[in-house]
Amino acid sequence: MGRKLLTEHINVEGINTFEVYRKHGGYRSVEKALKTMTPDEVVEEVKKSGLRGRGGAGFPTGMKWSFLAKPEGVPRYLVCNADESEPGTFKDRQLMSKLPHLLIEGMITGSYALGARTSYIYIRGELLYVLRILEKAIAEAYAAGFLGENILGSGYSLDLHVHPGAGAYICGEETALLESLEGKRGNPRNKPPFPAVQGLYARPTVVNNVETIAAVVPIINEGGDEYAKLGVGKSTGTKLISACGHLNKPGIYEIELGVPVEEFIYSDEYCGGIWKGRDLKAVVAGGSSVPILPKELILKNVAGENRLMTYESLSDGGFVTGTMLGSGGFIAMDETTCIVKNTWNFSRFYHHESCGQCSPCREGTGWMEKVLHRLEHGHGSMHDIDLLVSVAKQIEGNTICPLGEAAAWPVAAAVRHFRHEFEWHVTNPKEATAPGAAYRGKAVLA
Amino acid sequence: MAKITFDGIEVEVPDGTTILNAARQIGGGIVPPAMCYYTPLKGSGGKCRACLVKVSAGSAKDPRPMPKLVASCITTVQDGMVVENTINQQVMDVRKGIVEMLLINHPLDCPVCDQAGECSLQDFAFEHGVSTTRYEEERRTFEKIDIGPLIQLHMTRCILCYRCVYTADQLTPERVHGVLGRGDASEIGTYIENIIDNEFSGNVIDVCPVGALTDKTFRFKQRVWFTKPVNAHRDCKTDKCGGRVTLWYKGKDVLRVTARKDEYGEVKEWICNECRFDKKETSDWVLEGPAHINRASVIAQNHYELPVVNPQVIQDLPESTTRELERNPPLRLGGLN
Repeated sequence: MGRKLLTEHINVEGINTFEVYRKHGGYRSVEKALKTMTPDEVVEEVKKSGLRGRGGAGFPTGMKWSFLAKPEGVPRYLVCNADESEPGTFKDRQLMSKLPHLLIEGMITGSYALGARTSYIYIRGELLYVLRILEKAIAEAYAAGFLGENILGSGYSLDLHVHPGAGAYICGEETALLESLEGKRGNPRNKPPFPAVQGLYARPTVVNNVETIAAVVPIINEGGDEYAKLGVGKSTGTKLISACGHLNKPGIYEIELGVPVEEFIYSDEYCGGIWKGRDLKAVVAGGSSVPILPKELILKNVAGENRLMTYESLSDGGFVTGTMLGSGGFIAMDETTCIVKNTWNFSRFYHHESCGQCSPCREGTGWMEKVLHRLEHGHGSMHDIDLLVSVAKQIEGNTICPLGEAAAWPVAAAVRHFRHEFEWHVTNPKEATAPGAAYRGKAVLA
Repeated sequence: MAKITFDGIEVEVPDGTTILNAARQIGGGIVPPAMCYYTPLKGSGGKCRACLVKVSAGSAKDPRPMPKLVASCITTVQDGMVVENTINQQVMDVRKGIVEMLLINHPLDCPVCDQAGECSLQDFAFEHGVSTTRYEEERRTFEKIDIGPLIQLHMTRCILCYRCVYTADQLTPERVHGVLGRGDASEIGTYIENIIDNEFSGNVIDVCPVGALTDKTFRFKQRVWFTKPVNAHRDCKTDKCGGRVTLWYKGKDVLRVTARKDEYGEVKEWICNECRFDKKETSDWVLEGPAHINRASVIAQNHYELPVVNPQVIQDLPESTTRELERNPPLRLGGLN
């Protein structure tokens, strides 16, 4: 099993308390950064590490940090995006509830690097119990002198606040998150200006995922170069994968990027294969918004090479034959799964969560859901299938924020790879809508 | 100053101008449609996606094209930017898609809608839409709500442009209405039934691009194309109201009073409710003469003037380009023939 940088001590009893966490080497990165490094050196280490955003987009974190505008006399903010609500993704919840101090440590080091004096953790409203864990941990960190005025006598001061959302998926989009944090309706903003220039309260702001901020801790402790030795190519370090679906051992795995997908699914070290001895049908590799891939394409790319759990390997083939690593929400579906029903389910989610600000997403997500509902319940026609593709295309790329794409991609990919199954729903409605029915025919590979 | 090329026509505009406003300097059929953007309202725009254009070169310094279509109403120009609108097939296709999206939950009740004839959505659909629908499901409907004695809200027609929200924010001291709900369940409302009561509230009727907010003193009185617009003014005592309006006559009767609008349907000066709702006698006003209406509209074919390309821009162009442009769609008047 590969190295664990984030979750090494996750099962130690009492690791959620300051004392135990400190005993296991906690807060070393804060000491190292504040006492021996300048903020720019911290940013430089993160750049060297090759760390990429763990929230889904995979943008290089060091680069994001160096884009932050630094006008004189204007406060800057680091905001942690803990609004994890993508179906299939549940890694941050675990990380925060078990290792709250890891996130806080990362926030302190990160805030120091960016010169932020006030930082926020915006947590999903449904995770109220995690909010309480974090607040307790923050109070401990204040008491131990790692937060507040003049941390460790370095002259650097930081205040850290946790703020709960009110249950909207859209508030995971960074500008909607900032709007919500400001106390407004969580509508995404038009970009530009980007948060790095005008973010929270119109001040320069960096918004990072929980796991990204946590990863700063081992990077500072061991050095960026050491971190970059893990992984493959431009996908460095470790990544938390929340595996769910028809697996023998679903759960959260910290993997070194570069593990073959086949090994991840079938080896006993990880998911232990498909449950009940069934065959794998399809995989959604990075949370519900990335394209679904049939078994043949998720295990090997078109060239016949093994697919690896890396940003590059999973996106090999673009959206025609590839997908994305996304946020690491790995959903495996066995041969009894109905893809049409599953697509309808995803679509229903996006319809429910669209903020309603821009017209393609507001109207299009609902439309797709209704057409899919029709197909799934045996009332669809052949041209409904083309209609789905066409509506998805009308949404994609024409919206204010990426939710439009997140809604369009899974639908487009499902039709692309499982068109036969959609057609089967049209031609054999009675059979297809029977309880537990699933199409066993071949998927479209290219 | 920044020089940009819009659909092959060069225009120089001050820095910080949006692409849409730069296109409006040129004028004519090349101007992207705008359903939510409203120049007098700060922060408006970016929502309807009707004005999406292709930026095929970002600037002189960085001539890479922008990867996605951008909303021209909120994207500012850069020196050396090259923008494609009517000459780009992708833009035209996307725009058709936007019309479709805006119409799937619209009741299409133009025959009984007071806005018909001066409705931005009607114009937009007429110019860019298709004449059939692929939408089979039930449309979203709402009950009509009276928000005060003078304004009626019919959410069924609303396209959620947010203009009325910005108007209330920026014109009046306390906003009591806003957008409630999420996704396609969003609606304009006052949450707990409330009336909008302040002396500038009537302006939400003027900014509404569709017939969602209508003047209750004018509802069902007359089709707008049978009324005659006349500019007039009075000495209005209300603070911030200039008293300069357009009166809409049918015979000798003033049927309604609106603010004066420019060719893009944007209010030039806000007017107060007293001018709008209470002063409906010719004797209340000093008449200035017929209002000059030059906006493209569904009914414009009969008695409104069609928009033309700003002659000044044309004069500055070399003759060969002018000849070329005359054969090209951007110069075809209004796209309404």
